[in-house]
Amino acid sequence: MPDKLDQLVNMFQMFDPADRTNLLLSYADQFKEVPPAVATRPFPKSHQVPQCESDAYVWAHRQADGTLQLYFAVENPSGVSAKALAAILDKTLSGLPASEIARLNTDIVEKIFRQNISMGKGLGLMSMVQAVQALAKAAV
Amino acid sequence: MATPIEQRGYAKPDVLVSTDWVEQHLTDPKVRLVESNEDTLLYASGHVPGAVHVDWTSDLNDQVRRDYITREGFASLMSRIGATKDTMVVFYGDKNNWWACYAFWVFQLFGHTNAKVMDGGRVKWLKENKPVSREVPSYPKTTYAASERNDAPIRAFRDDVMAHLKKQGQLVDVRSPEEYAGTRMHMPDYPNEGALRGGHIPGAKSIPWAKAINPDDGTFKPAAELKKLYCDDNKLSPSGDTIAYCRIGERSSHTWFALTYLLGFGTVRNYDGSWTEWGNLVGVPIER
Repeated sequence: MPDKLDQLVNMFQMFDPADRTNLLLSYADQFKEVPPAVATRPFPKSHQVPQCESDAYVWAHRQADGTLQLYFAVENPSGVSAKALAAILDKTLSGLPASEIARLNTDIVEKIFRQNISMGKGLGLMSMVQAVQALAKAAV
Repeated sequence: MATPIEQRGYAKPDVLVSTDWVEQHLTDPKVRLVESNEDTLLYASGHVPGAVHVDWTSDLNDQVRRDYITREGFASLMSRIGATKDTMVVFYGDKNNWWACYAFWVFQLFGHTNAKVMDGGRVKWLKENKPVSREVPSYPKTTYAASERNDAPIRAFRDDVMAHLKKQGQLVDVRSPEEYAGTRMHMPDYPNEGALRGGHIPGAKSIPWAKAINPDDGTFKPAAELKKLYCDDNKLSPSGDTIAYCRIGERSSHTWFALTYLLGFGTVRNYDGSWTEWGNLVGVPIER
C-alpha cells in the first residue's frame, strides 16, 4: 500500500469509535468536487463508480511529471462516507505514480470505517477503491 | 409539495408529524427526537437540533443473540435518551424513514405508544433547509419503568409464519422484485448476507416497501394511493391477518407501519427473521 495511505489507515486503526467518526467527518468536510475544467454535469457514466448508492464518480488525470491527480464527485447529499473516502484517497494518493496507486487494496475500507461501515455502504466504498485502482492500472 | 398529513385520509394520522411541526417543537421538553439511520455517520454529520441517536444494531439489538433488547436494555436506553413514559418520542432517519420505522416498531414491542414518525425523514428536513446541528445533546437520565417486551401482537416468528401459511393468511414480501423472484439473494448494491436459497414464502404478494413513499420528498403517499397499492392491486384485506417480511425485518417494519397506522389494517405482524432465516431453514416451502 502507498506509504501515506498506510500511515493514515494505521492512525484510523488506533482511534476509538468516537474519534474515528470525528476523523471521518473531518475528511468528508475537506471533500472537494471535481473542478469544471475536468468534468461537468451530467457526469459521464463511464466515470461512475458501480454499486455506489452515493452516486460517486472518479477521474484520474496524468500530470506533467507523470504522476496521477485524482478527482471525485459525490452526487448524493447524504453520501458522507463516500465524501470522506474520496478525500482520503485524494489526499494520500494524488501526486503518486500510477504504479503505486495500483497497489491499492479494498481492505482499507474495513480498516478505515470499522463500525461506521453500514450495510449499504460497504460494497460501494470498496467499489470506489477498485475504480481508482482500475484507473491507475490503465495509466501504468 | 405533499398534501398536509391530516388531509391524506389515513386511519391514524396522529402517528405522523410534519417537519414543520418538529421545527416548532425543537425545544419542547415533552418531545424527544430520535434519529435512526442505516449510515452511522449521518447523525454525526448533522442532525435535527436536540435529536438523540439510536442505532439499530448497538441500541436495539441484543449484542449476542439474534433478538431485540430485553426490558432492562430498553429501560437503560430510555434512561440514556432522557425519556419517561410521558415523553413523546418522534423518530426520523435516512432511507425514507426505513430505520425510523424499525426503531418505532421495536419501541412498540415495549408498549411505548406515545411515539410518532416525522414524515419525510432526514431527506425532507434537509431539502427544506431546516436547521441541523453536530452538537450531541445531553439530557438528564431518567428512571423508566419498562414493560416486558410483548412480541406476540406485532412480531411473527417462523412457527407463526408456518401456521399462517397453512391458513393461507396474507403475506407481504417487501423486498425488491429480484429478491422475490429468487434471482438475487440480497438487495441491489448490498452484500449477500448468507441466505442459501432464493425466492419467497409461498403465496406472498410482492410489494416493495418503497412503493408507499413519494420518492421526491420521502413522505408517505396518501391513503387512497396506498389503498390502491395494497388492497386493490394486490388484494390485501384490511380485516385479514397480515405478516410482512423482508431480509431482516427492517424494510418490512416500514410496510408494517403503513398498513397498521395509515391504512388501519387490524392485525399486522413483522416477521423479522425474514429471508435471512426462511432462506436458510431446512425443509420449508419456497416459491419462485
